[in-house]
Amino acid sequence: MPDPDADFNVGYVAQLCRLELTAEETVQFQEQLSGVIEYMKKIDQLDLSGIEATAHAVPAFDVYREDEPTASLSLEEVLRNAPQKSQNQFAVTKVVE
Amino acid sequence: MDLAKLTLMELRGALRKGQATAVDAVEAIRDAVEKRDDRVKGYIGADFEAALAEAHRADLNLPLGGIPVAIKDLINVNGQPCSCGSRMLAGTYRSPYDATVIRKLREAGAIPLGRTNMDEFAMGSSTENSGIQLTRNPWDLDRSPGGSSGGAAAVVAADTAIASLGSDTGGSIRQPASFCGVVGLKPTYGRVSRYGLVAFASSLDQIGPITKTVEDAALLLGAIAGVDPKDSTTLQAPVPDYVEGLKGDLKGMRVGLPKEYFIEGTSAGVRAAVDAGIRKLEELGAELVEVSLPHTDPAVAVYYILATAEASANLARFDGVRYGHRSEQGHDLGEHYRKSRSEGFGAEVKRRIILGTYVLSSGYHDQYYTRAQQVRTLIRRDFEEVFSKVDVIASPASPSTAFKLGELANDPLHMYLADVFTIAANLGGICGISVPCGFSEGMPVGMQLLGPALGEPAVLRAAHAFEKATDWHKRRPSLGSTCPIPQG
Repeated sequence: MPDPDADFNVGYVAQLCRLELTAEETVQFQEQLSGVIEYMKKIDQLDLSGIEATAHAVPAFDVYREDEPTASLSLEEVLRNAPQKSQNQFAVTKVVE
Repeated sequence: MDLAKLTLMELRGALRKGQATAVDAVEAIRDAVEKRDDRVKGYIGADFEAALAEAHRADLNLPLGGIPVAIKDLINVNGQPCSCGSRMLAGTYRSPYDATVIRKLREAGAIPLGRTNMDEFAMGSSTENSGIQLTRNPWDLDRSPGGSSGGAAAVVAADTAIASLGSDTGGSIRQPASFCGVVGLKPTYGRVSRYGLVAFASSLDQIGPITKTVEDAALLLGAIAGVDPKDSTTLQAPVPDYVEGLKGDLKGMRVGLPKEYFIEGTSAGVRAAVDAGIRKLEELGAELVEVSLPHTDPAVAVYYILATAEASANLARFDGVRYGHRSEQGHDLGEHYRKSRSEGFGAEVKRRIILGTYVLSSGYHDQYYTRAQQVRTLIRRDFEEVFSKVDVIASPASPSTAFKLGELANDPLHMYLADVFTIAANLGGICGISVPCGFSEGMPVGMQLLGPALGEPAVLRAAHAFEKATDWHKRRPSLGSTCPIPQG
């Protein structure tokens, strides 16, 4: 079982991203990803003071286009891929008791 | 004449001279797929009927008139499936619209034909993470075609496609192209619209061509490049005539050799082929310059922090409501999400979503995500510095030739490290190509040429001159196996 005191607890993070792991996946991912995270720590050694962060390689700001109405998908097209639909809407699982 | 074996330029010539029709071209691909794809399994599916209908209407005067182009299974083509190699979407999803690259291909006269296999949501370097099927390397059926655009590279190498479109987030065009002995071009970030490309890591993803020759890549890039109001990251820069730009020799071209890319860990056979390739560039008039990219070592770590962080956000959209798999077991909303996502995603996608969520989570965000973005700045500066001195950078595309199927499947870290030569280009937003430069133990080797942002003309010119002076790209696989093909 994963160490609950470890920095990285795969079960906890899986909950955050709405994944449910099998017991086997929990053990395997805990070990594999702990190894990857250990490797990622190599960036800890770099002196990064005063270095700005790059979010995009090619910074783009305030990109506008003409505000012209164009055709959108039809209701039928929008709903075609829905696993469940009802009354021309996406059907979701019950959210209120 | 087997039209499927032609290059894009050769097929275009045959169509324009009236030696064949667009219908002949589509039928030739269908015959080739029937004959050869059962061994390679590069295609997830192909709608020949729709393609034939388009072929009947083809305008052969257009730049790509009547040319069938295979499409990686994460680019939306109106009315066709788009499974991203995932059980999350396979069998249920059909695209309600064309991606911008597809619209542009159609405007240029081309016919999108076939969905090529890939690592699920483009996460992988071997195509073994596909939730649909295993694709084999046409040069040795026991080996991987590379990934994530493994199908797109394999079908071009196996002559079951004229050319294809792939996507490259950390090397996913260049590495499979090198493994399969074909040409793969990753354009500059923003050169090609990502509208209609299912997002993996939005600040790194870029669509590009996989082809039999450099000239074909230049032609295809010209057709798909350009600003798009539907992708605000596309660059406001004119699209040059890339084919015209291939003319000219390499006299005076400065080729940088980063010392960090010529280190231990690259196989001797790859090293020998790439060294010979670099000597050929020198013979052709290029000047070799040793350069340094000091932040190469942390690039893999930076990449897997940023790419997984972006992926964890992008893949949150798969919630089993609007499209994709929906579990029958979800009795409340939390369970609905967890079951739908866990049943739909494969192991590598789950690993990366978890990793990305972790590096963005409270308490770790600054340590990983912010610092990785800072190192990305240093990587970008490294390239800017080097490209102030040289026109292109040459290196291996991958430290090894194609690995055996199963060799790295249970070792994610080792698989990630194999991307060492390709991922920095995505972090820096620059362009690069892999061009066939030899063989090692019967498997193709690719030489990577990187250029600065919008440096495609120089990269293509160098690759084209190299290709003209060598015949590696003319070799074709026999679709054989060095060992008996495993059953099942």
